[in-house]
Amino acid sequence: MFNPSAKLKVDRRDGKLAMAHFFVAFTALAIGGLAGLLQTLVRSGKFELPAGIGYYQILTVHGVVLGLVLTTFFIMGFQIAATSKTSGTLTNKQRIAGWTGFWLMTAGTVLAAVMILLNEATVLYTFYAPLQAHALYYIGLTLVIVGSWIDGAAIIMKYAEWRRKNPGQPSPLLTFMSLVNTMMWIVATIGVASTVLFQLLPWSLGFVETVNIGVSRTLFWYFGHPLVYFWLLPAYMAWYVVIPKVIGGKIFSDSLARMSFILFLLFSIPVGFHHQLMEPGIDPAWKFLQVILTFLVVIPSLMTAFSLFATFESFGRSKGATGLFGWVKKLPWGDARFTVPFIGMVAFIPAGAGGIVNASHQMNQVVHNTIWVTGHFHLTVATSVVLTFFGVSYWLIPHLTGRILTKAMNKLGIIQAVIWAIGMTFMSGAMHAAGLLGAPRRSSYSEYGGAAQAAEWIPYQVAQAIGGTILFIGIILMLYIFINLAFFAPKGEQEFPVGEAADEAEKAPMVFENWKLWLGITVVLILFAYTIPFIDLIQNAPPGAKGYKLW
Amino acid sequence: MHMHKFEKAWLTFGIGSLLVFLTVLGVSAFYLGNQPPSCLATIDPEKVDTTAPFNEPGLKKVEGKDWDYELVYVASAFSYSPAEVEVPYGAKVKIIATTKDVVHGFEVAGSNINMMLEPGYISEHVTTFDKTGEYLIVCNEYCGVGHHMMSSKIKVVE
Repeated sequence: MFNPSAKLKVDRRDGKLAMAHFFVAFTALAIGGLAGLLQTLVRSGKFELPAGIGYYQILTVHGVVLGLVLTTFFIMGFQIAATSKTSGTLTNKQRIAGWTGFWLMTAGTVLAAVMILLNEATVLYTFYAPLQAHALYYIGLTLVIVGSWIDGAAIIMKYAEWRRKNPGQPSPLLTFMSLVNTMMWIVATIGVASTVLFQLLPWSLGFVETVNIGVSRTLFWYFGHPLVYFWLLPAYMAWYVVIPKVIGGKIFSDSLARMSFILFLLFSIPVGFHHQLMEPGIDPAWKFLQVILTFLVVIPSLMTAFSLFATFESFGRSKGATGLFGWVKKLPWGDARFTVPFIGMVAFIPAGAGGIVNASHQMNQVVHNTIWVTGHFHLTVATSVVLTFFGVSYWLIPHLTGRILTKAMNKLGIIQAVIWAIGMTFMSGAMHAAGLLGAPRRSSYSEYGGAAQAAEWIPYQVAQAIGGTILFIGIILMLYIFINLAFFAPKGEQEFPVGEAADEAEKAPMVFENWKLWLGITVVLILFAYTIPFIDLIQNAPPGAKGYKLW
Repeated sequence: MHMHKFEKAWLTFGIGSLLVFLTVLGVSAFYLGNQPPSCLATIDPEKVDTTAPFNEPGLKKVEGKDWDYELVYVASAFSYSPAEVEVPYGAKVKIIATTKDVVHGFEVAGSNINMMLEPGYISEHVTTFDKTGEYLIVCNEYCGVGHHMMSSKIKVVE
């Protein structure tokens, strides 16, 4: 499929909108990274926080700022740039939607941050009702979510416009993928928005005295798992579409890429119970059903892995590689745009395996709420996803600012990723090991009254601090590269790499663009997985819980 | 839509493994009874101290049940009652626990005993203590400023 807009640069005005998102995202990286460093130092037992700052306060900062702010802002910026690049410049109306969303999200972030700094909201980003934060904290996070909907509306409007102007044509792949992720995000965030607007906010304002904990947690985790796929799918966009172009190869199959994204849309949402496997009040048969649905994302994940390595191998062989693994040598290892996300892909192998353990119904008992889980998502989101975002930044930031990635910055980018991999091996490895011994997550340094078991965890906590320190050096390097690419790199033209499918003649089936069908199945699956247990939680609810401020 | 024959083989193998895996989990859960703790009983969180069995936390011998003892815990910020308990080696014990205030965790470190305690709900787990020694119980769900001080102890004795 020939796309006339594929050669164009992203329009300056759309570029500015995307860059605004990236400035907030990288500010979040700086603050959240510092909070993370302090946490690992405290938990090593060798360091105490100054000035009465609480461990759980910086833990809240770390989670909110990296889990919600860095990710959402980066993803929205990237998806807007990708849509503008592949479907054409946004209309004024679409761009205004983008800016409105951006400012709402930013205002919400500032509001939530102020409440955390005032120690009015040390409830972590997962809320943990009946711990009760200040109402402004809940309002702030609501603004972030509503802002992201309006921001996403820009992408949906652009997609609809493209389809109107190109009847009977499959949409550009990057636009299609941005759209799937945006729709998945909107369907998922309805859960967290519901618990905040209908339960936590009236309760924190004193309109109602108690809150139904089972319902609140179920609504939160209805959102909490698709959240991780919302982080992952933009990385998959880069892996499927950008990386093939960077290495000089082709997309293995346009249609299969679309199919895997549709499968993620269907199976990312009706799975929240696998975060609640250890909870009372939910029948284990319903938990098991959602475990099965959880595991269905294994299928698109296997398709993705196949497709990526097929692209790499076909490229290597087209360059004359022989033997079973000869193609590995032909890959452009000196190019940060490839190597940095590649390290992320490799991290996804142990990360995915650990995830299978976590979601495995009764096996979850061994690791639930231990620091193993923290180790797990520092491989998935904090390595696979984040390194891919860094790899994207190395061409996208200069593309948008009219600069270039110099050889020196390219080299620094690779060094950054290697430092990240080393730091994470220490930190995440030690977290996995300590978790298997029972060390809890989200806990400050404690000797638990001199218990022998707790003493076994401490050497691993020291290793986590060493890893955390190495990772913080990585963050400083990344911020240095970001500032260089945004303000100081030499002026020039940096390519926005968009891959082409290996089989240009094969048009993607139009059924993939049938949103009535896919959103319909999505809703049916959600209703199937949630209706009966949710009615149970309401009908058999215990007396509600009063709010507590225990920090 | 065309699919490469290697991809077909890869997906067949992958989906086949997935089915075997899920069957193993399912047989373990529904045939062998290894379900995660999912007690459906509720309680008024304001009246925990006056509701049986939580009015008397601790270990109790029981007759005519599938287990020999019941071990009752009441959690509240930031402690468990009882703070320490001795369990005879080899005893089959049903642990019954709840919370008086916020959400807490109940994890016996180094074992498979791991459950959430939520206000208004009762959590249960049946286990056999077949190794002597001292086991640390920790709260593994964030509950406030003293979360990391919240613990208890089980001593399994001959």
